[in-house]
Amino acid sequence: MLKVEKLIFEIGSAGRKGYSLPKLDVPDADMKELIPEDLLRKSEAALPEVSELDCVRHFTRLSQLNYSVDTNFYPLGSCTMKYNPKINEKMASLPQFADLHPYQPESSVQGMLELLYETEQMLCKICGMDAFTLQPAAGAHGELTGMLIVRAYHTSKGNPRKKVIIPDSAHGTNPASAALCGYEVVAVKSDRNGRIDLDALKAVVDGETAVMMLTNPSTLGLFEKNVRQIADIVHKAGALLYLDGANMNALVGIARPGDMGFDICHVNLHKSFSTPHGGGGPGSGPVGVTAALSDYLPVPRVKIKRNRFILDAESKKSVGRVRAFYGNTGVIIKAYCYMKSLGGDGLKDATIEAVLNANYLKARLKGHYALAVDDEPCMHEFVLTGKDKKDFGVKTLDIAKRLLDYGFYAPTIYFPLIVEEAIMIEPTETESKDTLDSFVETMIKVANEARSEPGLLTSAPHSTPVRRLDEVLAARELNLRWKRPGA
Amino acid sequence: MKYSPHTDKDKKEMLAAIGASSAESLFEAIPEGLRAGKLDLPEGISELELKKSIHDKADKNYSTNKLISFLGGGAYEHHIPQVVESIISRGEFLTAYTPYQAEASQGTLQAIYEYQSLICELTGMDVANASMYDGASALAEAVLLAVRETGRKRVIFPESLHPEYRQVVRTYMSGYKVEFTEIPHAGGVYDEAVLKKEVDGDTACVIVQNPNFFGCIEHADRIESICHAKGALLIASVNPISLGVLRSPGEYNADIAVGEGQPLGIPLCYGGPYLGFFAVKEKHMRRMPGRVAGVTKDMDGKRGFVLTMQAREQHIRREKATSNICSNEGLMALAACVYLSSVGREGIKETARQNVMKSHYMKEKILKLSGFELFSDAPFFNEFVVRCGKDPEKIIGDLLKHGIMGGLPLGRFYPGMKNCMSICVTETKSKAEMDKFAEVLSKH
Repeated sequence: MLKVEKLIFEIGSAGRKGYSLPKLDVPDADMKELIPEDLLRKSEAALPEVSELDCVRHFTRLSQLNYSVDTNFYPLGSCTMKYNPKINEKMASLPQFADLHPYQPESSVQGMLELLYETEQMLCKICGMDAFTLQPAAGAHGELTGMLIVRAYHTSKGNPRKKVIIPDSAHGTNPASAALCGYEVVAVKSDRNGRIDLDALKAVVDGETAVMMLTNPSTLGLFEKNVRQIADIVHKAGALLYLDGANMNALVGIARPGDMGFDICHVNLHKSFSTPHGGGGPGSGPVGVTAALSDYLPVPRVKIKRNRFILDAESKKSVGRVRAFYGNTGVIIKAYCYMKSLGGDGLKDATIEAVLNANYLKARLKGHYALAVDDEPCMHEFVLTGKDKKDFGVKTLDIAKRLLDYGFYAPTIYFPLIVEEAIMIEPTETESKDTLDSFVETMIKVANEARSEPGLLTSAPHSTPVRRLDEVLAARELNLRWKRPGA
Repeated sequence: MKYSPHTDKDKKEMLAAIGASSAESLFEAIPEGLRAGKLDLPEGISELELKKSIHDKADKNYSTNKLISFLGGGAYEHHIPQVVESIISRGEFLTAYTPYQAEASQGTLQAIYEYQSLICELTGMDVANASMYDGASALAEAVLLAVRETGRKRVIFPESLHPEYRQVVRTYMSGYKVEFTEIPHAGGVYDEAVLKKEVDGDTACVIVQNPNFFGCIEHADRIESICHAKGALLIASVNPISLGVLRSPGEYNADIAVGEGQPLGIPLCYGGPYLGFFAVKEKHMRRMPGRVAGVTKDMDGKRGFVLTMQAREQHIRREKATSNICSNEGLMALAACVYLSSVGREGIKETARQNVMKSHYMKEKILKLSGFELFSDAPFFNEFVVRCGKDPEKIIGDLLKHGIMGGLPLGRFYPGMKNCMSICVTETKSKAEMDKFAEVLSKH
């Protein structure tokens, strides 16, 4: 395997070109006659000068330095790295979707709007919500949208309220989204199983509580059994209940957030609904609400008027726009294809098999790694702790890096924060028993190595394109861009 | 279609290892009362059926692929070299996760680093992040940075700023006590006299969009002097292709440069996924939102790349983070990276030049028609606004019958501009297509 690839700026040659445009077929002119000189660029951008083949080789080689779902198992907890069906990519790239301009007349995009409308309807059914917006571009963007809805709702009642309650086991985006909306974050402690402590909750909920953000199943992979009681406590104080739907892959077809008492939820199409992660986006984070909150959803909304689909930008109560145009429609098309392909029963089966896979891994690993909690079957994911491996001088980070040597991406590590040396594993339903078995054998091997040859772990990885990278050096001597020589 | 691989035999063996009687029994933690009944969705379908049904939907759309489009307004039809699609559809990029395990993600990380470098070169700024959702949310995050950094309360933007961007900025800032001041345009560009009066010691930032929503090129250097004289930050929201010819934000001393990266090799796709680019002067980098890749060394001293400056981010700082952003638009940033590498130093200039020449040819053609006049005399890049004798909404309906889409009627954004529409011409339009457009328009 190729181990180092030069920067694109380090290849090519002055004057080399790798593009073509039609010859200019209108009169050429001196640029300065059309645009005054003081508005024109003075120094050229030092972009690469490469041939098409230079470019293709460079990026193809870079791609080969990556692990990906197409090449490796990704047991990343809370990330739901399931297979991304190829047909969905093809469908989203059809020119009748990919070449649509967002300001085309509605009469020319009826198929697109119909698809968006049906996607909203399907998500309503899956989540037990009354209305959905597909605008948010990612999960955290959905959270922000949710918090804006909360603020607008309470403001309409005369007091926007001050506090957002968030469990200490929550994703970091929850408090960050609440703070972005001007709310004060109040953490509520989890019990030893990572569930909400009802007494602790009662103690912090009051008339200034705007909303509680809850992840269900929790980040420890356990269903929040008391979710109805939590909803009652929160609702009694006039506050709302928000679901961080990052873990919906444990619930689709089995249980609905709306039935649990959630007023608002977001789902991640790039998790539960199979759209690819793209190395960090694009995602899509649709937000669903109960009927009482539907007027607060962002505009525009897809509606039917006189048997035609329209984009309706009128809503006096709406929180406004959270982005330009409508949403990450290219991603939404893929999720639509996924839901259509699996259908009602298929979606439920996928959930069951995701939970089966997680419990199988948990059962086979628990003799070799300590479980963070073990009182019952887990949902779609579970958490181990690497703390007993510390006796051998090995940290969870070392275990993660050693897994890379064996061709597995690492689980999510050091999260949730309430578990020491956490190792969070989510296999998803699309991994076969053979893959899981081979992962288990590798995990056992690594546990044995931790005991017998810890140096193998602390110096891992050994077989990746680069060996362990120095993050401290990167942060201390910041080099965030290439600079042209002499600049 | 199902994508889970389990056979009955597999399931049996797995349940035996777990010690469970059935897979359903694994859901015992969910109280009976919360179990949903059968999901009210149709049965699943095969790949063949899916293809047919999606094609049926797709065929109800009329895309820029079939029609000659003169639409702009923040989303632009440009030629996308084939290499862009070929690279970003590689599974190793497409199906990778955010590069948490750097050693297994060097391809993604190096591409982000190259993307950051290309954005810095193009904008003339010091540091860029790994991307934001889109141009509008990138602008909103820039305003947030300015308000937090200056501790001031006023945000000044022009009437000519993209109307949807204005809405997004207001939405994002709704939890903050800030005051927005909208400066009217004078002849299509910032009314500098009004601006000068309005900018004061409590102004956090002045936003300039260049070219603005009317297509006009702003005198950004003059706006810069007014803005910096009072210690406010200058935020430039720019069209990246225009930077092939126009002065870069770095050249007029902007503090933050943001914009919609869609023109850089990303399909129109009905508005998303797009790409927000975000770049700053070095002094602001610690407050920058989003992920950033940097160079480091591995244990053997070899060059490698990692995510860095993470102390700003939500997974470390939680409610004290500079932003709540987690996923960005990674694959779209890769598209921009491949696009800029592919067109390169000459291509960006030639593309920009063709946009200028062709749009000016179109303008001259339309001005010769009776019933149309120019809204502004200000210089423009690839988009301009015309006043029409007739209702533009009616005109575009008629154009559609002739296989032409556009321009964009502005009355829906500016009640006072009901007789105006903007027309955009990029390198994708041939002389013959423009002549046809003018000919159809001449009948109005």
